[in-house]
Amino acid sequence: MSGERKKLVETVKLRKYFPVSSGFFKTSHVQAVQDVSLHIYEGETLGLVGESGCGKTTYGRTLLQMYSPTSGKIIYDGQTIYDSEKNIRVDMKPYRRKMQLIFQDPSASLDPRMTVGEIIGEALDIHKLYPGKQDRADRISELLTRVGLNSEHANRFPHEFSGGQQQRIGIARALAVEPQFIVCDEPISALDVSIQSQVVNMLEDLQAQIGLTYLFIAHDLSVVRHISNRIGVMYLGCLVELGESYELCAHPIHPYSQTLLSAVPLTDPEKNRTRSRILLQGDIPSPLNPPSGCRFHTRCPYATERCAREMPQLKEHAPGHYAACHMLDAGA
Amino acid sequence: MDMLGYTLKRMAISVLTLLLVAAITFFLMNAIPGSPFMTEKSTPQQIALANAKYGLDKPLIVQFGNYLKNLAKGDMGVSLKMQEGTSVSKILFGQGKFVLSMKIGLLALLVAVIIGIPVGVLQAYYRGRWIDNILRVITTMGIAMPGFVVATLCLFEFGVTLGWLPVQSNSLETFGAYVMPVLTLALNPMCRIAKLTRTSMLDSISQDYIRTANAKGLKTRVVLFKHALRNSLIPVITYLGPLTAGIITGALVVEQIYHIPGLGNYFVSSILNRDYPVIMGTTLLLAALIVIMNLVVDIAYKIVDPRINITKKGD
Repeated sequence: MSGERKKLVETVKLRKYFPVSSGFFKTSHVQAVQDVSLHIYEGETLGLVGESGCGKTTYGRTLLQMYSPTSGKIIYDGQTIYDSEKNIRVDMKPYRRKMQLIFQDPSASLDPRMTVGEIIGEALDIHKLYPGKQDRADRISELLTRVGLNSEHANRFPHEFSGGQQQRIGIARALAVEPQFIVCDEPISALDVSIQSQVVNMLEDLQAQIGLTYLFIAHDLSVVRHISNRIGVMYLGCLVELGESYELCAHPIHPYSQTLLSAVPLTDPEKNRTRSRILLQGDIPSPLNPPSGCRFHTRCPYATERCAREMPQLKEHAPGHYAACHMLDAGA
Repeated sequence: MDMLGYTLKRMAISVLTLLLVAAITFFLMNAIPGSPFMTEKSTPQQIALANAKYGLDKPLIVQFGNYLKNLAKGDMGVSLKMQEGTSVSKILFGQGKFVLSMKIGLLALLVAVIIGIPVGVLQAYYRGRWIDNILRVITTMGIAMPGFVVATLCLFEFGVTLGWLPVQSNSLETFGAYVMPVLTLALNPMCRIAKLTRTSMLDSISQDYIRTANAKGLKTRVVLFKHALRNSLIPVITYLGPLTAGIITGALVVEQIYHIPGLGNYFVSSILNRDYPVIMGTTLLLAALIVIMNLVVDIAYKIVDPRINITKKGD
C-alpha cells in the first residue's frame, strides 16, 4: 500500500549538531539529530514522540531549514531542497509557502507588537497573495472564521486572547499561505486539557478539508496515537522505531518504545494498577557525549556487548514497521 | 483618559517640576558666597547701591516671588554682569548661543541613535563571532572614556598631528568644525545604545515569534529590524530621556574644549560670575528641555509597544 502513496517530505540521514563552546578555543557539539531518515506521505499525519531533549523539535525545525542542517538530504515533493553531499541549497522562500510551522507556546510565537490582522496579513504580503485591500481583509477574516474566531478579532493584539485562542491565531497564521505541509511542534502541550481536544479536532478537520500533511511532534503518546497514521519514536537524536500507529502501539518492538508505551496511563484503573511497567534506570545521557554504539544501551534492560560497539540500523521487521535494535536481528 | 488628556496632565506636572527646579536653583545659588558686583575695587557703598538697583537687598523670598511674577509675563530679567543690562531672553535666544548648542546636541543625539542601534543589531545577529567581539571591546572603551579625554585625544590627533580638522570649532562655520564636537559628544551615548540594543535584541531574537517571521519567508533584514528590533527598543527609548540630560552636561565640557561659544560654555561662566538671572534662565531652559524629552519618551513607548497603557490611572 505504501508503495503507491506519494512521499511529500523525505529526509535522508538528516543530521543537526549545535556547536557549544566548552572552555577556551574548544568547541564540542550537541548531537541533537543523528542521521534521521524518514518520509511522510501526502495527506498523512506522522507522529513523532520521545522524551524531552531527544531532538524531535530540532528535527522538525531542521526539516524546515529553520536551522541549517549539518548534513544529510531533504526532499520536498520530489525536489531536493538540501543535499550536503551535492552541495544543494535552494532559496527557501517559495517553500516557506508550502511548509509551515505551529509552535508549542502560542503566546511567544506571535509578535506582541502586531495586531492579529497584521500578523496574518504579513504572511500574505510576503508571498504577494491577495494584493487587493478588500481581498486581503476578506482573506484574513475567512482565516479567522476557519479557526473559530471572528473577523473583529483582527484588530486586537495577541495578549488580549486566551491560550487556546492564541494557538488558533497561530494556526490561522500558518494556514494563510495555503501550505501543504505543517510541522506541529507540540501544539497542544502548553494548553489546558479541555482546549487540547478542541485544537486537535480542529487540526483533524482542517486536514480533512484541505488535505494537509502533518508532522505532529509531541510527548503525549495518547494524543499522538489518536491523531497519527504512523508514529516515529526518537531517542537521543536517533529514530529508533517507526510504524503504523495501531501496530506500533499494540506491538512495540524496540525496548525503548516498549518502555515509553508502558508509561501511558490506561483508562481502566483496574488494569492500570495490575499491569507491569518497565522502569528505566538512570537519566537520559547527554547529547554532548552520547553513548557509543546503540545510544540506548546504557539504559536498555537487554543490552549486550554488541550494543555498546555497533550502532544498529533501522530495518523493516514487519511490513511498514521499522526498528533499530540488534536484539531484533538476533531473534529474526 | 485619552491621549490628549494624558498629554495635558503631563504638561501640568511638567510646569510644577520646572517651578521646583526654579525654587531649588534660586535658593542654592543665593547660598553661594559672593555677589555679582563684588570686585577688588568696589566699595561696600557701591555694592549696596547696585544691590538696591536690582532689588537684591530685599528678602530672598520676596526676590523669588518677583522673579516668578516677571517670568509669568515672559520677562526673565537682565544680565547683571556678563552683558550688563542685556535681557536674559535675548542672551539665550537672540545671540545664537542656544541654536549653536542645540545644533551640536541634536546632531550628537542623531549620530548616537543612527549608528548605535544598527551596531547593536549587528552584534546581536553575529553574537559571539569576531565582529561582535571587536565591537564589544570598542563599545566598552567608548563608555569608559570620559568626554574630555576623547576630546583632547581627538584634538591632538586630528587637529594637531594630522591637521585634518580645525582645532577651534568657534561658531561652526565649516563642516569640519562639526565633526569633532559632535563625535565626542555622541561617542558615549552611541556605545551605550549599542550595548542596550545588543542585550535586548539577544533576548527577542531567540523568541518563537522570530521563528514565526522566518517561517513566513521574510528576509533576514526585515525579521531583524521589523520584528526583533521593534520588540527590543523599550530599554533604548527609556535611555533617551537621561541621555538628553547627559548630552546637555556633556556639551559643557565639549564646548569648553573646542571653543564653541554655546550655551553650555556661557552657563558655566554665569555661575562663576554670580550672574543670577542668567543662571536662572539657563537652568530653566535646560530643565524644560529634559522635561519635554521625558514626555516625548513616554509617548514614544506607546507607539513602540501598543500593550503599554500610559494613560492608565496610577501611572
